[in-house]
Amino acid sequence: MITVLFFAQLREQLACEEATLAAGSVAVAADLVPALIAANPQWAEVLQSRPWLLSVNQAMAKPVTTINDGDEVALFPPVTGG
Amino acid sequence: MTDVVEHDLVQVQQEDFSLAEHYARLEQLAGNTGAVVFFIGKVRAESEVDPVQALELEHYPAMTEKSLSRLVAEARERWSLDAITIVHRVGKLAVGAQIVLVAVSSRHRDEAFLAARFLMDNLKTRAPFWKKEHRASGARWVAAREQDDVAAAQWFSQ
Repeated sequence: MITVLFFAQLREQLACEEATLAAGSVAVAADLVPALIAANPQWAEVLQSRPWLLSVNQAMAKPVTTINDGDEVALFPPVTGG
Repeated sequence: MTDVVEHDLVQVQQEDFSLAEHYARLEQLAGNTGAVVFFIGKVRAESEVDPVQALELEHYPAMTEKSLSRLVAEARERWSLDAITIVHRVGKLAVGAQIVLVAVSSRHRDEAFLAARFLMDNLKTRAPFWKKEHRASGARWVAAREQDDVAAAQWFSQ
């Protein structure tokens, strides 16, 4: 199972903090948004509205970053701290 | 907490911080320190017409200190530094409140200035914090600024 966390406006727009995906449904980071939409079609508009940043196990990920069973993935807008 | 070296401090907290206390910590460590640079970021009102009343800072707790510690390690690879402090607040902050402290001590001023700038530029684009502004007209998430990306990218352009 893969845990997916949402932050900031993405969390608000989806009205969801955390989702799970079946382990086999994603191989790399680029698969994540299509897999979330397949599991939750009502999220398509928000998830496709802009590119979101992605982390895998608390490190920033690229589209080719591998996702394994048990990983914690997060999707969020560009960061604005400081 | 983090894998930063003994002289370094990375903290994410709701409470305010004291510049004097953090300076005192650096003073205790000072061996060959000849320069200390402090940066403090604060909450701005932004506008007279519809001023920001408060700023809400959200973060990704499991990732935040890891990201900041990675920046500290990268700064240490680039420059010879005595001690690094990063303190970042989260939660709801009033106008004028302190948001972030970056302190760097080193033997000479160039390293301290450069490392402080590097840490702030990269913290703004690589650490998982998000700001939401509260105004009389409503609340909205702050958009990322392209100039922040440009500032952070310049450190990796050579």
